[in-house]
Amino acid sequence: MNDLFILMKAEMAVTAIIFLLLFIKVGKGMKNEALLPLIQTLLLVNFIAGFFFNKPGHLFGDMYHTEQGTVLLKNILSLAVYLISLVCAGWLKRTPHLAEFFLLMLSALLGMFLMISSGNLLIFYLALELSSIPVAAMANFDLDKKRSSEGAMKMILSSAFSSGILLFGISLIYGTTGTINFASLPAQLDGSALQVLAFIFLFAAFAFKLSVVPFHLWTADVYEGSPIATTSFLSVVSKGAIAFVLLIVLYHVFRPMYETWIILLMGLSIITMVVGNLFAMRQQNIKRFLAYSSIAQVGFILAAMINGGPAGFAAVAYFILVYTFSNLAAFGVAAVIASQTGKENVDDYKGLYQTNPFLTWIMALALFSLAGIPPTAGFFGKLFLLTAAGEEAAYWFITIAALNMIISLYYYLRVVRAMFIDKNENPLPPVKTGPAEKLGLIICGAGIVLAGMLSWVYDYIYQMIK
Amino acid sequence: MNLLLIIIAPLLTALMVLLCRNKQQVKWVSLTGSLIQGALAFALYFAFRSETANGNSSQLLFEQKHILFSALNINFHLGVDGISVAMIMLTSLVVIAGVLVSWNIEKMTKEFYFLLVLLALGAYGFFISLDLFVLFFFLEVSVIPKYLLIGIWGSGKKEYAANKLALMLMGGSALILVGILGLYFTAGHSFDITTLSKTTIPAHIQHIIFPLLFAGFGVFTALFPLHTWVPDGHSSAPTAGSMFLAGISMKLGGYGCLRVATYLLPEGARQYADIIIILSAIAILYGAFATMMQKDLKYINAYSSVSHVGFSLLGIGMLTQTAITGALMQMVSHGLMTALFFAVIGMIYDRTHTRQVNEMGGLMRPLPFISTVFFIVGLCSLGLPGLSGFVAEMTVFVGSWENNDTFHRVATIAAAMSIVVTAVYILRAIGQTAMGPLKNEQFATLKDAAWNERLAAIILLAGILAIGIIPGWLNDLLRPAAEVIMNRVTGS
Repeated sequence: MNDLFILMKAEMAVTAIIFLLLFIKVGKGMKNEALLPLIQTLLLVNFIAGFFFNKPGHLFGDMYHTEQGTVLLKNILSLAVYLISLVCAGWLKRTPHLAEFFLLMLSALLGMFLMISSGNLLIFYLALELSSIPVAAMANFDLDKKRSSEGAMKMILSSAFSSGILLFGISLIYGTTGTINFASLPAQLDGSALQVLAFIFLFAAFAFKLSVVPFHLWTADVYEGSPIATTSFLSVVSKGAIAFVLLIVLYHVFRPMYETWIILLMGLSIITMVVGNLFAMRQQNIKRFLAYSSIAQVGFILAAMINGGPAGFAAVAYFILVYTFSNLAAFGVAAVIASQTGKENVDDYKGLYQTNPFLTWIMALALFSLAGIPPTAGFFGKLFLLTAAGEEAAYWFITIAALNMIISLYYYLRVVRAMFIDKNENPLPPVKTGPAEKLGLIICGAGIVLAGMLSWVYDYIYQMIK
Repeated sequence: MNLLLIIIAPLLTALMVLLCRNKQQVKWVSLTGSLIQGALAFALYFAFRSETANGNSSQLLFEQKHILFSALNINFHLGVDGISVAMIMLTSLVVIAGVLVSWNIEKMTKEFYFLLVLLALGAYGFFISLDLFVLFFFLEVSVIPKYLLIGIWGSGKKEYAANKLALMLMGGSALILVGILGLYFTAGHSFDITTLSKTTIPAHIQHIIFPLLFAGFGVFTALFPLHTWVPDGHSSAPTAGSMFLAGISMKLGGYGCLRVATYLLPEGARQYADIIIILSAIAILYGAFATMMQKDLKYINAYSSVSHVGFSLLGIGMLTQTAITGALMQMVSHGLMTALFFAVIGMIYDRTHTRQVNEMGGLMRPLPFISTVFFIVGLCSLGLPGLSGFVAEMTVFVGSWENNDTFHRVATIAAAMSIVVTAVYILRAIGQTAMGPLKNEQFATLKDAAWNERLAAIILLAGILAIGIIPGWLNDLLRPAAEVIMNRVTGS
């Protein structure tokens, strides 16, 4: 009993917050002005509490397991959710169903926690569903916008489709091996054709959630239609969790089939990078732009995944942290501007520096970090990803990845140019940044600058993962 | 001497600039900061000299090592040899001059100086780091400042130029990145230059990595045909930006070609030396002839930079100790000379609001100081004895001649012929701007250089003369370091 509470501490904490919100909602209810700070405080407490009283172990006959690495990732995800609650405060305050939004978001987070800790394909499937269905509802939260409903519809349909494929894959695996336990699966895998098919189905489901090309088509529409809070959750928390689980599944479960999937992984990594980059070049809407840029970033994450050693795991986890800061800063600035002016296009950002220097600097830092330019943490993140990849891969692979950084720099600079250089007679008026938003953006900005320079951040992650 | 000071000084300057409240404070803080950096650079030189005079014969001095990312064996490893010391002194002089000539920047002064100091920080860090990861970090730090300096404060086709420069340099960085990762894995997980220099890397791997690294750094130092960012970038940048780009940033590339590519991969260097020689000979001649066609003063200097930097690459390709010493001298000399050239062009442009040679004329009368400096720097560029250009180019040629086969001889002669072309375009440019009758009556009332401009010009001129008249000290500084590199290349 004691073990249950200590080992599943992270899940318990999130569940407790969910119930608290539920009681508040069912009870008298609270005004958004009071509720939002309460939620923010709870999320902060949840994040900090994540660092204490952690113990490795497993429960329910290996269905659930927790160790240092999973705790670390859960902490990163908690941090991301806390930051989302800060940077999107402007929009959140105005939404009529604030409590419900966080109920859904935290349910999805709970699903991800369980998914990261799952030791069994069944619980993995359940957790994956728990983490994706609420997100579809979250995508629909701009109730008066058609695009929002459209995005939600696309999301739920394609999500259901990918779940179907996943289940098919799981059943094939069970059929050929007679087990769904992560621990006992590797011994049963012999690389038969049916198992390869099962693996491809399983991988397709992952690829879909990660929006790996060619499973990326839903991404841009959903990102554009959804409210920014949902978009940032999708792009940061969801991606981060799935990427990490994919790494676990690949190396802890499907290790015997390494030869089969490594080529697949390298190919998909390159296609994803290139397509994401090429499509990002022409986007006008900042959310679509970031959607494609995040596809390209996933390509880089996949590149590091060809290294299954601690360097690969650590590089992915570190990159998720860096990516959290960078993407949330970018989405945060977009959210602040969109919530007050309704402008979401790159062209609207022209001359932004004259009127909103703070927002512009944060955005620029975020974009440079995404592009991998020092002194931002993105530079270290990208370099560690490529270093991890370089340990296993040939020169041509690293060269293609490195050359992709040039393309990505091109389109990130496009936004930088709009903000700093392009002349505009009527730039956006000075936008008021609320205290919560400011705090969130400053945390993100500080994270972008410091997570790389302070080398112990990476060393800490490496120690935890090892 | 603690090398950390070399990077802490600009870092503090940058932070102080951010805290300033008005333009005056920004300027004075930047100037003080750059003077402190200059003082540190010279202190480093004298400390270095006294160490070597006291018989300290270790290759790298003032080394220090701090663990950065222990899991990946990345260390903050600093240390200097003669080359680094010379480059740091060059950087500090250009930085002081750059800060001085930008004195009248009105638009976003604080941001301008902040980016300028950041650019300098990248260069200082680059020259003292002995860990390839850290070196690469400092190399890349300059991307943001360069892009924004050109984009915001530039002129002409600035958006195009800024984009082209950033993307081409990023392309170079991508090649360098692949190269250093290749080194890292073949040498058993080490980015450390001193460790790598003791490892023998298999020849077939050197043949792959060397072109990557050399071309990558080559982009930075305008290796033909990767030089195309230079004319656009230099001519669109604001004055101090051009000075930093040509005076410092291009030297990062040359330093990298030598310290990283040639020194760490001697077999690759021997293999590709002929190609380097051909490319640099083309650059020297092509740059010189292209300059003849230019009418815009900044384009003249940009193309002539391609030609002049070709000499340092030629020296590297010749692979003799003298030629490499000459290549390094040329880097220092060209850094000072081209920075001064751009400074003078900026001064002229600020007054006449044109950079077209044919619209000027007779500027000697209203602007005696500026025109005289222009004259001297022009003579330096065409290699007049007594100025730094002569010493450097002469050393390169002497070193090149040590290779006594037809191929090297032909390349040397071809390169030497460019000096005639240089004389043509330099004398014509100076003649048309400074000499003759006043073309435009409005120019008669122009004011000559202000105190800040005079100071900037004098500082850079002093450097040029110090090398031109008494080149011995620079030679003593560079030759032992060049010898170390050559010993590795020849395998002795």
